[in-house]
Amino acid sequence: MAAPKFEVPKFQDNAVLDIPKIQEGAMSHMKSFVAGQAAQEYLGYPWELGEDWKERAIERMGEVLQKYRSVRVFLDACVHCGACTDKCHYYLGTADPKNMPVARQELMRKVYRRYFTFGGKYFPWLVGAEDLTQEVLEDWYNYYHECSECRRCSVFCPYGIDTAEITMAGREILNYVGMGQKYSNEILAKVQKIGNNLGLPGPALEDTLAGLEEDIEADIGVPVKLPLDVKGAEILLVTPSADFFSEPHVESLIGYAKVFHAAGVSWTLSSHASEAGNFGLFNGNYEMMRNVAMRIRDAALELGVKRIIVGECGHAWRVAYSYWNTLTGIGYGGDDPYAQMLQKQLDSRYPQPMHICEYTWDLIQQGVLKFDKSKNDHRVITFHDSCNVARASRMGNEPGGQFTIPRNIIRAVANNFYDMDADTIGESTYCCGGGGGLLTDDLMEVRVKGALPRMNAYNSVAQANGVNFLALICAICKAQFTKVFPYYGFDMSMVGGVHQLVSTAIELD
Amino acid sequence: MSALTVFYTGLFYFATLVFIGGVAYRIYEYSRTPAPLKIPTTPAPTTGSGVALRMAREVVLFESLFKSNKWIWIFGWMFHFGLLLVLLRHIRYFQEPVWFWVEFIQPFGMYASFMMVAGLAGLWARRFLVDRVRYISTPSDHLMLALLIGIGISGMMMTFVTHTDIVALKAFMRGLMYFDWQPLPGDAVLLAHLTMVALLMIIFPVSKLLHAPGIFFSPSRNQVDNPREHRHIAPWAAALEKDRA
Ligand code: HEM
Ligand code: HEM
Ligand code: SF4
Ligand code: SF4
Repeated sequence: MAAPKFEVPKFQDNAVLDIPKIQEGAMSHMKSFVAGQAAQEYLGYPWELGEDWKERAIERMGEVLQKYRSVRVFLDACVHCGACTDKCHYYLGTADPKNMPVARQELMRKVYRRYFTFGGKYFPWLVGAEDLTQEVLEDWYNYYHECSECRRCSVFCPYGIDTAEITMAGREILNYVGMGQKYSNEILAKVQKIGNNLGLPGPALEDTLAGLEEDIEADIGVPVKLPLDVKGAEILLVTPSADFFSEPHVESLIGYAKVFHAAGVSWTLSSHASEAGNFGLFNGNYEMMRNVAMRIRDAALELGVKRIIVGECGHAWRVAYSYWNTLTGIGYGGDDPYAQMLQKQLDSRYPQPMHICEYTWDLIQQGVLKFDKSKNDHRVITFHDSCNVARASRMGNEPGGQFTIPRNIIRAVANNFYDMDADTIGESTYCCGGGGGLLTDDLMEVRVKGALPRMNAYNSVAQANGVNFLALICAICKAQFTKVFPYYGFDMSMVGGVHQLVSTAIELD
Repeated sequence: MSALTVFYTGLFYFATLVFIGGVAYRIYEYSRTPAPLKIPTTPAPTTGSGVALRMAREVVLFESLFKSNKWIWIFGWMFHFGLLLVLLRHIRYFQEPVWFWVEFIQPFGMYASFMMVAGLAGLWARRFLVDRVRYISTPSDHLMLALLIGIGISGMMMTFVTHTDIVALKAFMRGLMYFDWQPLPGDAVLLAHLTMVALLMIIFPVSKLLHAPGIFFSPSRNQVDNPREHRHIAPWAAALEKDRA
């Protein structure tokens, strides 16, 4: 790790951080790289501000207001009560007041007021309305890329105002006038061109999987398979592409494969849908999110599978659970031809799609899986609720299943488990700091500082209970914490997946 | 009729028109704008009745606010609950005979005004004392609190210090309702009270007071968590489906 160019925040004694005093402009220097011509062109956006950027921005804002009730109601309803001001991990980590959720919304609200409301048109000074200037646009760019769209603010706002919705709208408008973000937009281009976010072509994927099969067999002496593009398989597994060759992600992929092996079920990955992630979510563009999601529908129909299961990834699970039915008809109740085809094909005894944790937990309850828990005894484990799973989706039949099911799995496969402070988990969980399209090196300062609330709570259980393993169910969380742990003096090997723990303890014959 | 009566008669018709028309238009606008995606903040209820209960807890108890900030919650709840009692107590100016329960709450309503003004004062203090809230406060936030405190104090003046002619006022109010206009008592405190009330009604549909209807339309609070079981699709999004098929 190179020496950081910024000061890494210090831990505090309490698991829950003190609220910092505001420091105006603390993060105003932070600007992630702007997307170049190639990516913008591929996505159908301009790549520089034209003469008429302002008119275009206002026009797009008007369209968003027509299409999204969330944006319209949220821009009107905020009373500036201040309840959300201390809820964002980026504010807690940076003290920049524009990282307070309400202030982040205000960047857009002041423009909305100016051009779309009576008060703002005639009495701008009174209601804090402002013209859209290049300065304001720069602020949008900076601060809408210092929001991980984690929805923590939405839990605590009396009207449920979700700053993520505003951030998404902001990024859509920015894209529309030619200020896209390099990292997210290059990924969006790759996933649509090649099939996954890493740009890993089909043959490379095949090689990787074959290599993994050899490794597993050498390791445990059991021929666990990682099938690709098998027509007529029972289950299609859609997982983030990082699972194929990033550490520690791949350990979880091995875990899923072992679970399927133990269950004796036929399953397959798809080279066409070799990515569960969907960065379309982050940019607030419905059509793009839909295009990316369509690959899953196409693959499911093509392969003729009966079930669709999603691997460990937070925002991917949000899109799968909350949006796939809407976007593609994967689920129940749709009546267009594709939805009908899917409903005929997919096994209606199961929810579609299903999370890998739901699947594994079902098998554990049925007694299908055998574990030697002591194999995880070198680990003292805590679990981080990923923001999109916690606050934008569910697992199982009961509200809150997204909290209990992963923990149940961990307790079934390991002996040492401790939760972090109650105010930092469950629906109040802090984002890892790298979600929502921020997982790029040019935003390292934001990522490290934004991780402070989570790291501080982790440090508390590490000190108090000797915790040495952070269990995760998200590809972005895994990548983020592996990078950020060293900044805070922890070893990156302390980070891994829930199915990595399953993989360690499972007994195969 | 005196010029004064004419002016206030006109003012109240105008204010009522703006208030009812404006709020109705906003509600129409909110209900017409689709919510294309399922975005309840989870864990969320999985049934419609569960959602109704969640909404009721938000509106009556300010549940989310309770989770997030005890000071704002206590001041905010004092203010709103006080306001509610005060407004219910005011029903007696508009009906004859007065409902039993409106009679019943009269004494509580009187003291609720203290709760209301104390709550407002607490909220206002936060706008000066807490640096984060100071940062986000606009002039209109301060003026809104000043206006409500002004209404509260002028009302309390009439209740506890300089009583006004309630019988004549009631005749004026009912006259407005039945288009049979009556003179308005001319004492300064009452006029101040009524002017500020009219102003509040006029700004309601163009201000943050839209939080009152807005909360019922908040997709993160009013949606059922059932996306796998039911397909949720907005009309403009369903049109995309046709393009592709
Ligand atoms: C459905 C009915 C309503 C609900 C659920 C509701 C809820 C809330 C909540 C939760 C807050 C934030 C906390 C606080 O500052 O008190 C708030 C603020 C506020 N409400 Fe309401 N409210 C409602 C109706 C009204 C009405 C009818 C008025 C006006 C006459 C009003 C005036 C205000 C004002 C001025 C604030 C901001 C206080 C400040 O500046 O801090 N509310 N409301
Ligand atoms: C057309 C509408 C209104 C009229 C005619 C009116 C009239 C009055 C009168 C005559 C009193 C004195 C009561 C007494 O002597 O016992 C009063 C008190 C009061 N008014 Fe109003 N008012 C109106 C609207 C409002 C509104 C919208 C609010 C709050 C936002 C409000 C807040 C108060 C308060 C706090 C008091 C003192 C407590 C009480 O006696 O209930 N008034 N009002
Ligand atoms: S969505 Fe998350 S990152 Fe964005 S403002 Fe809210 S709390 Fe902060
Ligand atoms: S909690 Fe909600 S209403 Fe209060 S300031 Fe934040 S966004 Fe606005």
